[in-house]
Amino acid sequence: MIEIKDLHKSFGKLTVLDGLDLSIKKGGIFAVLGPNGSGKTTLIKTLLGMVIPNSGSIALHGQDILGKHQYRNHLNYLPQIANFPPNLTVSELIKMVKNLRPKAANEKGLISLFGLEDFLSKKLGNLSGGTKQKVNIVLTFMFDSELIILDEPTTGLDPISLIHLKQLIQQEKAQGKTILITTHIMSFVDEIADEIVFLLDGKIYFKGSIEVLKKETGHKDLEAAIAQLISKQYA
Amino acid sequence: MLKILKYSFYDLMRSRWSYVYFGFYLLLGFVLLFLNNDVSKAVITLMNIIIVLTPLIGTIFGVMYYYNSKEFTELLLAQPIQRSHIIRGQYVGVSLSLTLSLVLGLGIPFVLYGLFMSAAIFDFGLLLVVGAFLNFIFVALSYNIALSTENKIKGFGYAILMWLMLAVIYDGLFMISLLLFNEYPLDTFSLAATMFNPIDLSRILILLQLDISALLGYTGAVFKKFFGTSFGMLSSLLVLVLWVWLPLLRMNWKLKKKDF
Repeated sequence: MIEIKDLHKSFGKLTVLDGLDLSIKKGGIFAVLGPNGSGKTTLIKTLLGMVIPNSGSIALHGQDILGKHQYRNHLNYLPQIANFPPNLTVSELIKMVKNLRPKAANEKGLISLFGLEDFLSKKLGNLSGGTKQKVNIVLTFMFDSELIILDEPTTGLDPISLIHLKQLIQQEKAQGKTILITTHIMSFVDEIADEIVFLLDGKIYFKGSIEVLKKETGHKDLEAAIAQLISKQYA
Repeated sequence: MLKILKYSFYDLMRSRWSYVYFGFYLLLGFVLLFLNNDVSKAVITLMNIIIVLTPLIGTIFGVMYYYNSKEFTELLLAQPIQRSHIIRGQYVGVSLSLTLSLVLGLGIPFVLYGLFMSAAIFDFGLLLVVGAFLNFIFVALSYNIALSTENKIKGFGYAILMWLMLAVIYDGLFMISLLLFNEYPLDTFSLAATMFNPIDLSRILILLQLDISALLGYTGAVFKKFFGTSFGMLSSLLVLVLWVWLPLLRMNWKLKKKDF
Protein backbone atom coordinates (compact mmCIF):
# COMPACT_ATOMS: atom_id res chain seq x y z
CA MET A 1 0.00 0.00 0.00
CA ILE A 2 2.77 2.45 0.92
CA GLU A 3 6.03 2.27 -1.02
CA ILE A 4 8.86 4.53 0.09
CA LYS A 5 12.09 4.41 -1.90
CA ASP A 6 15.47 5.92 -1.12
CA LEU A 7 14.09 8.83 0.89
CA HIS A 8 16.61 11.51 1.88
CA LYS A 9 15.95 14.51 4.06
CA SER A 10 18.30 16.80 5.89
CA PHE A 11 17.68 19.97 7.84
CA GLY A 12 20.77 22.06 7.29
CA LYS A 13 23.72 19.88 8.23
CA LEU A 14 21.60 17.41 10.16
CA THR A 15 20.69 14.35 8.10
CA VAL A 16 17.44 12.89 9.38
CA LEU A 17 16.40 10.43 6.69
CA ASP A 18 19.28 8.76 4.93
CA GLY A 19 18.13 6.59 2.05
CA LEU A 20 15.11 5.12 3.78
CA ASP A 21 13.22 2.30 2.04
CA LEU A 22 9.95 1.06 3.46
CA SER A 23 7.04 -0.86 2.12
CA ILE A 24 3.88 -1.36 4.11
CA LYS A 25 1.15 -3.71 3.00
CA LYS A 26 -2.53 -3.05 3.46
CA GLY A 27 -4.17 -3.91 6.78
CA GLY A 28 -2.75 -4.10 10.30
CA ILE A 29 -1.22 -1.94 12.99
CA PHE A 30 2.35 -0.78 12.47
CA ALA A 31 4.30 0.80 15.31
CA VAL A 32 7.00 3.19 14.12
CA LEU A 33 9.64 3.21 16.85
CA GLY A 34 13.08 4.60 17.34
CA PRO A 35 15.15 6.73 19.71
CA ASN A 36 14.57 10.47 19.97
CA GLY A 37 15.59 12.21 16.79
CA SER A 38 15.65 9.05 14.71
CA GLY A 39 13.30 10.56 12.11
CA LYS A 40 9.92 9.07 13.07
CA THR A 41 8.03 12.34 12.90
CA THR A 42 9.94 13.42 9.79
CA LEU A 43 9.01 10.15 8.09
CA ILE A 44 5.34 10.63 8.93
CA LYS A 45 5.40 14.26 7.90
CA THR A 46 6.92 13.46 4.50
CA LEU A 47 4.14 10.93 4.04
CA LEU A 48 1.65 13.70 4.79
CA GLY A 49 3.36 16.19 2.51
CA MET A 50 4.28 18.56 5.35
CA VAL A 51 8.00 17.97 5.00
CA ILE A 52 9.42 18.00 1.50
CA PRO A 53 12.16 15.37 1.01
CA ASN A 54 15.44 16.17 -0.73
CA SER A 55 15.14 13.08 -2.90
CA GLY A 56 13.35 9.77 -3.10
CA SER A 57 9.81 8.73 -3.86
CA ILE A 58 6.65 7.89 -1.96
CA ALA A 59 3.78 6.04 -3.58
CA LEU A 60 0.37 5.25 -2.19
CA HIS A 61 -1.45 2.48 -4.11
CA GLY A 62 1.21 2.79 -6.78
CA GLN A 63 0.63 6.52 -7.31
CA ASP A 64 3.29 9.07 -6.58
CA ILE A 65 2.09 11.49 -3.89
CA LEU A 66 4.90 14.04 -3.58
CA GLY A 67 3.63 17.54 -4.30
CA LYS A 68 0.00 16.43 -4.50
CA HIS A 69 -2.81 17.04 -2.06
CA GLN A 70 -5.94 15.09 -3.08
CA TYR A 71 -4.55 11.82 -1.70
CA ARG A 72 -4.89 13.22 1.82
CA ASN A 73 -8.63 12.69 1.54
CA HIS A 74 -7.87 8.98 1.97
CA LEU A 75 -5.91 9.27 5.19
CA ASN A 76 -6.58 10.43 8.74
CA TYR A 77 -3.86 12.02 10.83
CA LEU A 78 -3.66 12.62 14.56
CA PRO A 79 -1.01 15.28 15.23
CA GLN A 80 1.21 15.11 18.27
CA ILE A 81 0.24 18.41 19.85
CA ALA A 82 -3.36 19.47 19.53
CA ASN A 83 -3.68 23.22 19.42
CA PHE A 84 -6.75 24.70 17.86
CA PRO A 85 -7.96 28.27 17.21
CA PRO A 86 -8.87 29.36 20.75
CA ASN A 87 -11.97 31.32 19.82
CA LEU A 88 -13.83 28.58 17.95
CA THR A 89 -16.09 26.16 19.80
CA VAL A 90 -15.67 22.39 19.63
CA SER A 91 -18.73 21.90 17.42
CA GLU A 92 -17.59 24.69 15.08
CA LEU A 93 -14.21 23.05 14.70
CA ILE A 94 -15.78 19.68 13.92
CA LYS A 95 -18.06 21.35 11.41
CA MET A 96 -15.13 23.10 9.82
CA VAL A 97 -13.02 19.97 9.37
CA LYS A 98 -16.06 18.16 7.97
CA ASN A 99 -16.54 21.06 5.63
CA LEU A 100 -12.95 20.80 4.42
CA ARG A 101 -13.18 17.16 3.40
CA PRO A 102 -15.44 15.99 0.61
CA LYS A 103 -16.49 12.85 2.47
CA ALA A 104 -19.07 11.70 5.01
CA ALA A 105 -18.21 11.89 8.69
CA ASN A 106 -19.57 10.07 11.67
CA GLU A 107 -18.73 12.09 14.75
CA LYS A 108 -21.81 11.50 16.94
CA GLY A 109 -20.77 8.09 18.30
CA LEU A 110 -17.24 9.31 19.00
CA ILE A 111 -18.45 12.40 20.85
CA SER A 112 -20.55 10.33 23.22
CA LEU A 113 -17.82 7.68 23.53
CA PHE A 114 -15.40 10.29 24.88
CA GLY A 115 -18.09 12.16 26.83
CA LEU A 116 -17.62 15.41 24.93
CA GLU A 117 -21.31 16.41 24.72
CA ASP A 118 -20.95 19.00 27.47
CA PHE A 119 -17.95 20.58 25.79
CA LEU A 120 -19.46 21.07 22.33
CA SER A 121 -20.37 24.70 22.90
CA LYS A 122 -17.18 25.53 24.83
CA LYS A 123 -14.36 27.50 23.27
CA LEU A 124 -11.30 25.44 22.44
CA GLY A 125 -9.05 27.85 24.29
CA ASN A 126 -10.75 26.94 27.57
CA LEU A 127 -10.28 23.17 27.32
CA SER A 128 -7.70 21.14 29.23
CA GLY A 129 -4.92 19.30 27.41
CA GLY A 130 -6.61 15.91 27.77
CA THR A 131 -9.95 17.19 26.50
CA LYS A 132 -8.22 18.79 23.52
CA GLN A 133 -6.61 15.45 22.77
CA LYS A 134 -10.05 13.82 22.86
CA VAL A 135 -11.33 16.40 20.37
CA ASN A 136 -8.24 15.63 18.31
CA ILE A 137 -9.10 11.92 18.36
CA VAL A 138 -12.71 12.61 17.33
CA LEU A 139 -11.45 14.70 14.40
CA THR A 140 -9.14 11.88 13.33
CA PHE A 141 -11.49 8.93 13.62
CA MET A 142 -14.69 10.51 12.34
CA PHE A 143 -13.74 9.87 8.72
CA ASP A 144 -13.67 6.48 7.11
CA SER A 145 -10.21 6.28 5.51
CA GLU A 146 -8.01 3.33 4.71
CA LEU A 147 -4.85 4.80 6.19
CA ILE A 148 -4.71 6.18 9.73
CA ILE A 149 -1.60 7.87 11.12
CA LEU A 150 -1.36 8.47 14.87
CA ASP A 151 1.50 10.51 16.32
CA GLU A 152 1.75 9.89 20.07
CA PRO A 153 -1.99 9.25 20.46
CA THR A 154 -1.93 8.50 24.19
CA THR A 155 -0.66 11.92 25.35
CA GLY A 156 -2.76 13.32 28.18
CA LEU A 157 -5.51 10.70 28.09
CA ASP A 158 -7.10 9.32 31.25
CA PRO A 159 -7.27 5.48 31.63
CA ILE A 160 -10.87 5.18 30.43
CA SER A 161 -10.24 7.22 27.29
CA LEU A 162 -7.12 5.18 26.68
CA ILE A 163 -9.23 2.00 26.73
CA HIS A 164 -11.68 3.61 24.31
CA LEU A 165 -8.82 4.61 22.05
CA LYS A 166 -7.46 1.07 21.97
CA GLN A 167 -10.92 -0.27 21.14
CA LEU A 168 -11.24 2.28 18.35
CA ILE A 169 -7.91 1.25 16.89
CA GLN A 170 -8.87 -2.43 17.03
CA GLN A 171 -12.21 -1.71 15.35
CA GLU A 172 -10.45 0.08 12.51
CA LYS A 173 -8.04 -2.80 12.13
CA ALA A 174 -10.94 -5.26 11.98
CA GLN A 175 -12.22 -3.29 9.00
CA GLY A 176 -8.97 -3.95 7.18
CA LYS A 177 -7.43 -0.51 7.63
CA THR A 178 -3.75 0.29 7.85
CA ILE A 179 -2.73 2.11 11.01
CA LEU A 180 0.66 3.72 11.66
CA ILE A 181 1.45 4.67 15.24
CA THR A 182 4.44 6.37 16.82
CA THR A 183 4.77 6.19 20.57
CA HIS A 184 7.28 5.81 23.37
CA ILE A 185 4.99 3.70 25.51
CA MET A 186 6.11 0.12 24.96
CA SER A 187 3.24 -1.55 26.80
CA PHE A 188 0.88 0.16 24.35
CA VAL A 189 2.91 -1.18 21.43
CA ASP A 190 3.05 -4.66 22.92
CA GLU A 191 -0.70 -4.67 23.35
CA ILE A 192 -1.86 -3.48 19.94
CA ALA A 193 0.88 -3.53 17.32
CA ASP A 194 1.16 -6.29 14.71
CA GLU A 195 4.46 -5.16 13.30
CA ILE A 196 7.31 -2.98 14.39
CA VAL A 197 9.21 -0.60 12.15
CA PHE A 198 12.36 0.46 13.96
CA LEU A 199 14.22 3.53 12.74
CA LEU A 200 17.85 4.22 13.49
CA ASP A 201 20.09 6.86 11.90
CA GLY A 202 17.52 7.66 9.26
CA LYS A 203 17.14 4.10 7.99
CA ILE A 204 14.89 1.17 8.78
CA TYR A 205 16.91 -0.93 11.18
CA PHE A 206 14.32 -3.58 11.87
CA LYS A 207 10.94 -4.43 10.42
CA GLY A 208 8.91 -7.41 11.53
CA SER A 209 6.55 -8.80 14.12
CA ILE A 210 7.04 -8.40 17.87
CA GLU A 211 7.74 -12.14 18.23
CA VAL A 212 10.54 -12.03 15.68
CA LEU A 213 12.05 -9.03 17.42
CA LYS A 214 11.94 -10.74 20.81
CA LYS A 215 13.49 -13.87 19.34
CA GLU A 216 16.26 -11.97 17.55
CA THR A 217 17.27 -9.97 20.59
CA GLY A 218 16.78 -12.80 23.04
CA HIS A 219 14.57 -10.76 25.33
CA LYS A 220 11.10 -11.77 26.47
CA ASP A 221 10.16 -8.24 27.29
CA LEU A 222 9.51 -5.79 24.41
CA GLU A 223 10.89 -2.83 26.32
CA ALA A 224 14.20 -4.62 26.90
CA ALA A 225 14.32 -5.74 23.26
CA ILE A 226 13.81 -2.17 22.03
CA ALA A 227 16.34 -0.86 24.56
CA GLN A 228 18.88 -3.29 23.13
CA LEU A 229 18.18 -2.03 19.60
CA ILE A 230 18.62 1.57 20.73
CA SER A 231 21.82 0.80 22.63
CA LYS A 232 23.40 -0.24 19.30
CA GLN A 233 23.28 3.40 18.34
CA TYR A 234 25.62 4.23 21.20
CA ALA A 235 27.87 1.22 20.69
CA MET B 1 -9.21 28.87 0.40
CA LEU B 2 -12.52 30.61 1.08
CA LYS B 3 -13.35 28.09 3.81
CA ILE B 4 -10.07 28.72 5.60
CA LEU B 5 -10.60 32.45 5.20
CA LYS B 6 -14.08 32.16 6.69
CA TYR B 7 -12.91 30.31 9.78
CA SER B 8 -9.82 32.45 10.37
CA PHE B 9 -12.07 35.47 10.10
CA TYR B 10 -14.62 34.01 12.57
CA ASP B 11 -11.84 33.12 14.96
CA LEU B 12 -10.38 36.62 14.85
CA MET B 13 -13.74 38.33 15.02
CA ARG B 14 -14.23 36.68 18.39
CA SER B 15 -10.81 37.50 19.66
CA ARG B 16 -10.62 40.14 22.37
CA TRP B 17 -7.88 41.98 20.48
CA SER B 18 -10.08 42.73 17.49
CA TYR B 19 -12.43 44.54 19.85
CA VAL B 20 -9.65 46.37 21.64
CA TYR B 21 -8.41 47.55 18.26
CA PHE B 22 -11.91 48.49 17.15
CA GLY B 23 -12.55 50.30 20.44
CA PHE B 24 -9.29 52.18 20.08
CA TYR B 25 -10.21 53.53 16.66
CA LEU B 26 -13.71 54.36 17.84
CA LEU B 27 -12.33 56.36 20.74
CA LEU B 28 -9.71 57.99 18.53
CA GLY B 29 -12.37 59.05 16.03
CA PHE B 30 -14.61 60.60 18.66
CA VAL B 31 -11.77 62.36 20.48
CA LEU B 32 -10.35 63.81 17.25
CA LEU B 33 -13.72 65.07 16.13
CA PHE B 34 -14.45 66.46 19.56
CA LEU B 35 -11.16 68.36 19.64
CA ASN B 36 -11.17 69.53 16.02
CA ASN B 37 -14.89 69.86 15.53
CA ASP B 38 -14.18 69.83 11.83
CA VAL B 39 -14.21 66.70 9.71
CA SER B 40 -11.56 67.78 7.20
CA LYS B 41 -9.10 68.87 9.88
CA ALA B 42 -9.62 65.64 11.75
CA VAL B 43 -8.77 63.75 8.56
CA ILE B 44 -5.26 65.24 8.49
CA THR B 45 -4.53 64.35 12.10
CA LEU B 46 -5.95 60.92 11.48
CA MET B 47 -3.66 60.42 8.50
CA ASN B 48 -0.56 60.84 10.64
CA ILE B 49 -1.84 58.28 13.11
CA ILE B 50 -3.05 55.74 10.58
CA ILE B 51 0.16 55.81 8.60
CA VAL B 52 2.29 54.79 11.55
CA LEU B 53 -0.14 52.72 13.56
CA THR B 54 -1.84 50.43 11.02
CA PRO B 55 1.52 49.07 9.82
CA LEU B 56 2.55 48.38 13.42
CA ILE B 57 -0.68 46.61 14.32
CA GLY B 58 -0.66 44.68 11.03
CA THR B 59 2.90 43.54 11.64
CA ILE B 60 2.25 42.40 15.20
CA PHE B 61 -1.06 40.71 14.39
CA GLY B 62 0.46 38.98 11.37
CA VAL B 63 3.39 37.34 13.17
CA MET B 64 1.29 36.62 16.26
CA TYR B 65 -1.43 34.90 14.28
CA TYR B 66 1.01 32.83 12.25
CA TYR B 67 2.94 31.53 15.25
CA ASN B 68 -0.17 31.01 17.39
CA SER B 69 -1.96 28.98 14.77
CA LYS B 70 1.07 26.93 13.80
CA GLU B 71 -0.19 23.64 15.24
CA PHE B 72 -3.59 24.23 13.76
CA THR B 73 -2.00 24.92 10.38
CA GLU B 74 -0.37 21.51 10.71
CA LEU B 75 -3.75 19.93 11.26
CA LEU B 76 -5.06 21.67 8.16
CA LEU B 77 -2.02 20.56 6.18
CA ALA B 78 -3.10 16.96 6.77
CA GLN B 79 -6.42 17.68 5.06
CA PRO B 80 -6.81 17.48 1.30
CA ILE B 81 -6.14 21.18 0.70
CA GLN B 82 -3.23 22.86 -1.04
CA ARG B 83 -0.84 24.43 1.44
CA SER B 84 -0.79 27.73 -0.40
CA HIS B 85 -4.56 27.96 0.01
CA ILE B 86 -4.30 27.44 3.77
CA ILE B 87 -1.74 30.18 4.30
CA ARG B 88 -3.37 32.59 1.87
CA GLY B 89 -6.76 32.01 3.52
CA GLN B 90 -5.29 32.85 6.92
CA TYR B 91 -3.53 35.87 5.52
CA VAL B 92 -6.69 37.32 4.00
CA GLY B 93 -8.59 36.48 7.21
CA VAL B 94 -6.17 38.48 9.37
CA SER B 95 -5.95 41.42 6.97
CA LEU B 96 -9.68 41.57 6.49
CA SER B 97 -10.57 41.51 10.17
CA LEU B 98 -8.02 44.26 10.88
CA THR B 99 -9.44 46.31 8.03
CA LEU B 100 -12.95 45.83 9.36
CA SER B 101 -11.89 47.08 12.80
CA LEU B 102 -10.35 50.14 11.15
CA VAL B 103 -13.25 50.94 8.85
CA LEU B 104 -15.96 50.46 11.46
CA GLY B 105 -13.99 52.03 14.30
CA LEU B 106 -13.32 55.22 12.38
CA GLY B 107 -16.39 55.11 10.19
CA ILE B 108 -18.95 55.22 12.99
CA PRO B 109 -17.81 58.47 14.66
CA PHE B 110 -17.25 60.23 11.33
CA VAL B 111 -20.65 59.23 10.01
CA LEU B 112 -22.27 60.41 13.24
CA TYR B 113 -20.49 63.75 12.88
CA GLY B 114 -22.02 64.29 9.49
CA LEU B 115 -19.43 62.88 7.14
CA PHE B 116 -21.95 62.36 4.37
CA MET B 117 -22.78 66.05 4.31
CA SER B 118 -19.17 67.13 4.43
CA ALA B 119 -16.82 67.74 1.53
CA ALA B 120 -14.23 65.56 3.20
CA ILE B 121 -15.97 62.33 2.32
CA PHE B 122 -13.53 61.48 -0.49
CA ASP B 123 -10.53 62.37 1.65
CA PHE B 124 -11.84 60.17 4.40
CA GLY B 125 -12.64 57.37 1.97
CA LEU B 126 -9.13 57.49 0.57
CA LEU B 127 -7.74 57.41 4.09
CA LEU B 128 -9.59 54.18 4.76
CA VAL B 129 -8.45 52.70 1.44
CA VAL B 130 -4.85 53.51 2.29
CA GLY B 131 -5.32 52.09 5.79
CA ALA B 132 -6.66 48.88 4.26
CA PHE B 133 -3.71 48.72 1.86
CA LEU B 134 -1.28 49.18 4.74
CA ASN B 135 -2.98 46.34 6.61
CA PHE B 136 -2.72 43.99 3.66
CA ILE B 137 0.88 45.01 2.94
CA PHE B 138 2.21 44.69 6.46
CA VAL B 139 0.40 41.48 7.26
CA ALA B 140 1.88 40.05 4.05
CA LEU B 141 5.37 41.25 4.97
CA SER B 142 5.11 39.87 8.49
CA TYR B 143 3.79 36.54 7.16
CA ASN B 144 6.85 36.40 4.94
CA ILE B 145 9.09 36.95 7.92
CA ALA B 146 7.24 34.38 10.03
CA LEU B 147 7.35 31.78 7.25
CA SER B 148 11.10 32.17 6.94
CA THR B 149 11.86 32.21 10.67
CA GLU B 150 11.27 29.10 12.76
CA ASN B 151 12.14 30.83 16.03
CA LYS B 152 9.17 32.78 17.36
CA ILE B 153 11.18 35.37 19.27
CA LYS B 154 13.48 36.04 16.33
CA GLY B 155 10.47 36.28 14.02
CA PHE B 156 8.88 38.88 16.28
CA GLY B 157 12.15 40.77 16.47
CA TYR B 158 12.63 40.87 12.71
CA ALA B 159 9.03 41.94 12.17
CA ILE B 160 9.25 44.84 14.62
CA LEU B 161 12.59 45.80 13.12
CA MET B 162 11.01 45.85 9.68
CA TRP B 163 8.28 48.16 10.90
CA LEU B 164 10.78 50.43 12.65
CA MET B 165 12.87 50.50 9.49
CA LEU B 166 10.03 51.47 7.20
CA ALA B 167 8.16 53.77 9.58
CA VAL B 168 11.02 55.66 11.21
CA ILE B 169 14.58 54.88 10.15
CA TYR B 170 13.92 54.93 6.41
CA ASP B 171 12.83 58.57 6.54
CA GLY B 172 15.88 59.49 8.55
CA LEU B 173 18.26 57.80 6.11
CA PHE B 174 16.39 59.36 3.24
CA MET B 175 16.77 62.85 4.71
CA ILE B 176 20.44 62.34 5.44
CA SER B 177 21.11 61.18 1.89
CA LEU B 178 19.23 64.17 0.51
CA LEU B 179 21.38 66.49 2.63
CA LEU B 180 24.63 64.73 1.76
CA PHE B 181 24.03 64.64 -1.96
CA ASN B 182 22.22 67.90 -2.38
CA GLU B 183 24.61 68.99 -5.11
CA TYR B 184 23.33 66.26 -7.38
CA PRO B 185 19.95 66.05 -9.08
CA LEU B 186 17.91 63.95 -6.71
CA ASP B 187 14.48 63.86 -8.33
CA THR B 188 14.71 60.36 -9.72
CA PHE B 189 16.40 59.04 -6.61
CA SER B 190 13.77 60.41 -4.29
CA LEU B 191 10.97 59.18 -6.52
CA ALA B 192 12.43 55.69 -6.48
CA ALA B 193 13.14 55.83 -2.75
CA THR B 194 9.52 56.71 -2.07
CA MET B 195 8.29 53.79 -4.13
CA PHE B 196 10.34 51.45 -1.97
CA ASN B 197 8.50 52.43 1.19
CA PRO B 198 4.77 51.79 1.37
CA ILE B 199 4.37 54.17 4.31
CA ASP B 200 5.90 57.12 2.45
CA LEU B 201 3.89 56.21 -0.58
CA SER B 202 0.64 56.22 1.39
CA ARG B 203 1.47 59.56 2.94
CA ILE B 204 2.07 61.15 -0.42
CA LEU B 205 -1.05 59.59 -1.85
CA ILE B 206 -3.21 61.12 0.86
CA LEU B 207 -1.47 64.49 0.75
CA LEU B 208 -1.97 64.65 -3.01
CA GLN B 209 -5.66 64.09 -2.46
CA LEU B 210 -5.88 66.63 0.35
CA ASP B 211 -3.92 69.03 -1.86
CA ILE B 212 -1.94 70.59 0.96
CA SER B 213 1.33 71.49 -0.70
CA ALA B 214 2.77 72.82 2.56
CA LEU B 215 2.75 69.31 4.00
CA LEU B 216 3.93 67.51 0.89
CA GLY B 217 7.62 67.86 1.64
CA TYR B 218 10.36 67.42 -0.93
CA THR B 219 9.34 64.02 -2.27
CA GLY B 220 5.71 65.00 -2.40
CA ALA B 221 6.57 68.09 -4.40
CA VAL B 222 8.73 66.08 -6.80
CA PHE B 223 5.95 63.55 -7.06
CA LYS B 224 3.41 66.19 -7.88
CA LYS B 225 5.67 67.88 -10.42
CA PHE B 226 6.56 64.61 -12.05
CA PHE B 227 3.21 62.91 -12.16
CA GLY B 228 0.64 65.63 -11.62
CA THR B 229 -2.08 65.05 -9.06
CA SER B 230 -4.31 62.50 -10.72
CA PHE B 231 -1.59 60.49 -12.46
CA GLY B 232 0.48 60.64 -9.28
CA MET B 233 -2.35 59.16 -7.29
CA LEU B 234 -2.98 56.47 -9.84
CA SER B 235 0.65 55.43 -10.03
CA SER B 236 1.10 55.42 -6.27
CA LEU B 237 -2.01 53.27 -5.90
CA LEU B 238 -0.55 50.93 -8.49
CA VAL B 239 2.70 50.65 -6.57
CA LEU B 240 0.71 49.89 -3.41
CA VAL B 241 -0.93 47.01 -5.25
CA LEU B 242 2.55 45.79 -6.18
CA TRP B 243 3.48 46.00 -2.51
CA VAL B 244 0.74 43.51 -1.72
CA TRP B 245 1.36 41.33 -4.75
CA LEU B 246 5.13 40.87 -4.46
CA PRO B 247 5.12 39.62 -0.84
CA LEU B 248 2.33 37.23 -1.82
CA LEU B 249 4.47 35.90 -4.66
CA ARG B 250 7.36 35.34 -2.31
CA MET B 251 5.02 33.64 0.17
CA ASN B 252 4.00 31.17 -2.54
CA TRP B 253 7.58 30.55 -3.55
CA LYS B 254 8.62 29.99 0.08
CA LEU B 255 5.70 27.65 0.70
CA LYS B 256 6.77 25.32 -2.09
CA LYS B 257 9.93 24.46 -0.18
CA LYS B 258 8.85 24.93 3.41
CA ASP B 259 8.89 22.07 5.94
CA PHE B 260 6.24 22.21 8.63
